[in-house]
Amino acid sequence: MNNSRISLAFKSFRQNRMAMICLWVLGLLYGLAIFADLISPYSYADEDRNFSYCPPTSIEFFDGPKIVPPFVYQKHLTFDAMHRRVFVVDRSQKYPLHFLRGGRLIQVDAPARLYLWGADARGRDLFSRICYGARISLSIGLIGVAISFIFGLLIGGMAGFYGGWIDGILMRVCEMFMMVPGFYLMLALRAAVPENFNSVQVYISVVLILALIGWASLARIIRGMTLSLRERDYVLAAKTFGVSDLGIICKHILPQTVSYSLATLMLSVSSYILAEAGLSMVGLGIQDPVPSWGNLLSNAMEIVPVIFAPWILLPGLFIFMAVMCFNVIGDALRDAFDPMFQD
Amino acid sequence: MFKHILQRLGSTILLLLAVSFLTFWLMRATPGNFFDSLRLNPQISQEMVERYEKLYHLKDPLLVQYGHWLVNILHGEWGYSFYYNVPVTHVLGTRLFNTFILSFTSLLLTWSLAIPLGIWASLRANQWGDRLLSLFSFAALSVPGFFLAVLVLYIASLVGGLPLGGMHSPGYDEMSFFGKVWDTLLHLIIPASVLSLSSMASLQRIMRGNMLGVLRQQYILAARAKGLPENLVIYRHALRNAFNPLVTLLGYEFASLLSGAALVEIVCSWPGLGSLLLTAVRAKDIYLVMSSTLLAGVLLIVGNILADILLVLVDPRIRYEQ
Repeated sequence: MNNSRISLAFKSFRQNRMAMICLWVLGLLYGLAIFADLISPYSYADEDRNFSYCPPTSIEFFDGPKIVPPFVYQKHLTFDAMHRRVFVVDRSQKYPLHFLRGGRLIQVDAPARLYLWGADARGRDLFSRICYGARISLSIGLIGVAISFIFGLLIGGMAGFYGGWIDGILMRVCEMFMMVPGFYLMLALRAAVPENFNSVQVYISVVLILALIGWASLARIIRGMTLSLRERDYVLAAKTFGVSDLGIICKHILPQTVSYSLATLMLSVSSYILAEAGLSMVGLGIQDPVPSWGNLLSNAMEIVPVIFAPWILLPGLFIFMAVMCFNVIGDALRDAFDPMFQD
Repeated sequence: MFKHILQRLGSTILLLLAVSFLTFWLMRATPGNFFDSLRLNPQISQEMVERYEKLYHLKDPLLVQYGHWLVNILHGEWGYSFYYNVPVTHVLGTRLFNTFILSFTSLLLTWSLAIPLGIWASLRANQWGDRLLSLFSFAALSVPGFFLAVLVLYIASLVGGLPLGGMHSPGYDEMSFFGKVWDTLLHLIIPASVLSLSSMASLQRIMRGNMLGVLRQQYILAARAKGLPENLVIYRHALRNAFNPLVTLLGYEFASLLSGAALVEIVCSWPGLGSLLLTAVRAKDIYLVMSSTLLAGVLLIVGNILADILLVLVDPRIRYEQ
């Protein structure tokens, strides 16, 4: 596998229009995560209980017929004749938008609040929380996959290279992890994590749980590829030169599998994102003040808040977009690399 | 064949032991157990708690506890659910049945829709109908089941007419038999269709691919050359061969449905195994967690072995003894 072939594969990848669009969308989402401090108008924990489930704020550009710098109106919570909560727009005072003030892109002055995509139950800005949530949801997949990929490479490489009883034992262990339904294992593992962990510790343990569940299937794929690669002549050549087993596995066999694993890796990132979201949604993953796309959806699990405030479904749309992009890119990568694996 | 299955059974029993020990160890390794909350309950005396602890050997070393649990399981004694206050088997039986109803319905829905759709798409490969369907499949594969469930529930609440979650209407006990069946069916519609959507998408894609592969074979060309009507070529010669590889999927599908159903069950408040396990894990109800994980594992193995047997039955080329 030489460079021209890899560049050929990437060329065919670049010609896949759908995959390129998805790459851009993913870039945008990661941009949201990286620049969350700048883009979002509030910090993720900034709450105002007076604005519980406040609908999205509309930004006004017209004052009568005149175009003016953008401003917003404040909303007040009142109750209608049926004792339902309604937010009434107070048009007596205008609150101009401030740009790039205090390290944030858009802000409004204190009594008014800017809810681009509405507020959650505690009056926190959903847009800000989605931006900050992207940090957790999008990083957990990458880190988790990286960990399970290292394990999968080492264990799958060893099993495929040595064969025999080492292969037997390692593959039985793999089967053990693949046999238990993933969600059940996830819950059982989560039960082992103490409840008084802080948010960083919870984050790390969720990553480790996901990696522990995911490495087995990667290891099996890599074992299969190693099994066929170890019969090649250059492996024999390396052996006769006296290269150590670990050296052969790491230097000569695993690099061959990387390009193909890359596609599998992309596809498994999406399953990690889904797993984190599921775990957080039922309240066993990332805990409340810290947002992730999964736990943002936990309020939406009951139907009543969703009917009041349908915008709390938005985080689900982001999960869908991220998962779809990783799937499309993974598929395109596999298609691009596939002709190389024919020989 | 028989020997192969026996071998599989032997190795899977070992695996089950390992998995159950892992779960047991994880549950016990955490600080606190169900008795800690019992001890804080003023209505329950200290002696009572200690008697229970003795009864379930909770003071013994971990391995001894696990041994007791194992011996009891083999005697058909699945332990006691401290949370529900009944033997584990009482809760587990109905929950398993409910999950089974849900999984079976969505399996039926998936297969009865995906196969015809796959055939349809393969006969129109790369025409607009096929492209539309594959775009739809791709979206369906990426949408998280739990989010889809929430979304469908929200739309159903706007439209009205379908029950929003749960398994029975309030007046279920007074209904006639057919009324009960109808009521359960109505409650099944949302969770079952949400569950089957993503598996339907993947099955449709696989069926389409298989069909396209078979249609390229020479015996199809031969069948066409000897002047067989197109219907016969497709439904007798191509379909049967394209169908074989799908049989293995059936077993895996069965297993993954069980796991995938958990989140949808929780969102749709369907009283199945998944929502039971969530409650059990939260309450640290150790025997309930152990039993439901074990049961899920057993079901998965049964699914896989069934798939093996089915495959031999449909495809005479496959023999396990060489």
